[in-house]
Amino acid sequence: MSFIANTSLQQQQMLSEIGLSMDDLFADIPKELLAKDFNLPAGKSEFEVRNRLAELASKNYIGLTCFLGGGFYDHFIPAAVYAIISRGEFYTAYTPYQPEISQGTLQAIFEYQSAICRLTEMEAANASLYDGGTALYEAMMMALRITGRNKILIDDSVNPIYRVMVHSYTKNLNIHLEETKNDGGLVNRKDLLNRLDDGTAAIIVQNPNFFGCIDDFTDIAESAHSKGALLIVSCYPVSLGILKTPGAMGADIVTGEGQNLGLTLSFGGPYLGFMATKKEYVRKMPGRIVGRTKDSQGRVGFVLTLQAREQHIRRDKATSNICSNEALCALTALVYLSLLGKVGLKETAQLCADKASYAWQRLTSIKGVKPRFKAKWFFNEFVLDLPANAADVAGKLIEKGFAAGFPLSRYYSDMENSLLIAVTEKRTKQQIGMLAEALETVL
Amino acid sequence: MVPQNLYYTKDHEWAQVNGDTAIIGITDYAQQSLGEITFVELPAVKKQVKMHDVVAVVESSKAASDVYSPLAGTVLEVNSELGAKPELINQDCYKTGWICKLKLSNPAGMKNLLNSVQYEEYLKSL
Repeated sequence: MSFIANTSLQQQQMLSEIGLSMDDLFADIPKELLAKDFNLPAGKSEFEVRNRLAELASKNYIGLTCFLGGGFYDHFIPAAVYAIISRGEFYTAYTPYQPEISQGTLQAIFEYQSAICRLTEMEAANASLYDGGTALYEAMMMALRITGRNKILIDDSVNPIYRVMVHSYTKNLNIHLEETKNDGGLVNRKDLLNRLDDGTAAIIVQNPNFFGCIDDFTDIAESAHSKGALLIVSCYPVSLGILKTPGAMGADIVTGEGQNLGLTLSFGGPYLGFMATKKEYVRKMPGRIVGRTKDSQGRVGFVLTLQAREQHIRRDKATSNICSNEALCALTALVYLSLLGKVGLKETAQLCADKASYAWQRLTSIKGVKPRFKAKWFFNEFVLDLPANAADVAGKLIEKGFAAGFPLSRYYSDMENSLLIAVTEKRTKQQIGMLAEALETVL
Repeated sequence: MVPQNLYYTKDHEWAQVNGDTAIIGITDYAQQSLGEITFVELPAVKKQVKMHDVVAVVESSKAASDVYSPLAGTVLEVNSELGAKPELINQDCYKTGWICKLKLSNPAGMKNLLNSVQYEEYLKSL
């Protein structure tokens, strides 16, 4: 950000220009709500502030070798991604308010939508949503609108962070949300299909699921459709380089977290929710949608389309209160995908799978360490049962320089000793070996 | 301009009642206020509606408006032509621009509707 001076002399000049005092500017805020004290030290020099911030920052663990996943992954980001997205012409966080004047931004969003469609093999995508969790919530609301029903089935192999979000968003909406408990690390088909009835709006599943296991939901899609319900699949875009797509499985709405497409982990955000659906459901989709068209002289142009879904037109009956998108994050994903290309994405996904497979073999050869589930197929993440409390072990491994994984006891009460370990293409054979050795010493 | 054989609501829907069925649509006043119609969301056949339930949604470039059912019943048939040609409502809202046909569950409900004279008077009062 550029430096903007704001001296007390300048403040006085500005205030006298408009004929107000500083207190007048805050007059609308009730006195009892005004902060009396900011608990900040008196003014310090730039140099002192830098030192203090560096001191605070040194409390962070930095440079840990990352085996943490759980929906957010440490993938390699080519330097060209940042170079391209930081160009002034692109650098905006939102869809512009006068969108059609910004043809370049609209074209980029249109291409992003096209990329998401190709990746998921769906027919239409929106301009993006906040993150994977809110995208899943929006998909659920969309299914309720399409079917006019109010029951949702969700398996607990769906990311628990998303499930917490879905629960809190829908708490007061009179929606019948039923959760099934995974069956050996995979979706609990039997329980899901038992609960599926004529009042069910949608079944929500995830691939690879939260435990990293891979599934094919074609049968679930068929069962759902036979009852007039929809299938919502949350997915991990990088994995689609090699996995069967939700579109090919017959999914009706596909969502997911796009952080893995070139965005830094950044302590939790800003991230990128994506959503794609079948053409027949486009009018029920939330968010902005960019369309390609022709002007009166036949020249190609881009517009925001199907706006009658949105709240500036439909008011309280809008498909969602989302009236913008994560433009810069969506652009990042587009640039990342364009730089990798079809071959690069496939190679990245294959590397993740191969390295994870190697790590699984190496780590399960440690005495007392066992795979949690019998299901053999995983993408780049798997669950190990340790002979000790997983959170304690992970804590000890931080001291040794590893973010070793996610202790599952936080969300699954029966998984005290289970650690979820993710391996991306960035992890080397040597790092995997070092993690294994460190784990051996702390067990 | 208001056809005499139809019944009307103050929300500008019309109903052509024929025994225990009725064809419904929106009036000329409604289509003119909406402007160029770009999409009509039709109800599912067999859908049951009460009087004043939302039975369809009409979208124009500047608005999306709910169409309330003038009578109670079950949807027998929808005007699927509107899928490809929503502009039929602008061109001929009382004939080719009809929206759906209902099997009435309570034909006596039509006594709550306005006749053409009453509707015309109502329009003048707006």
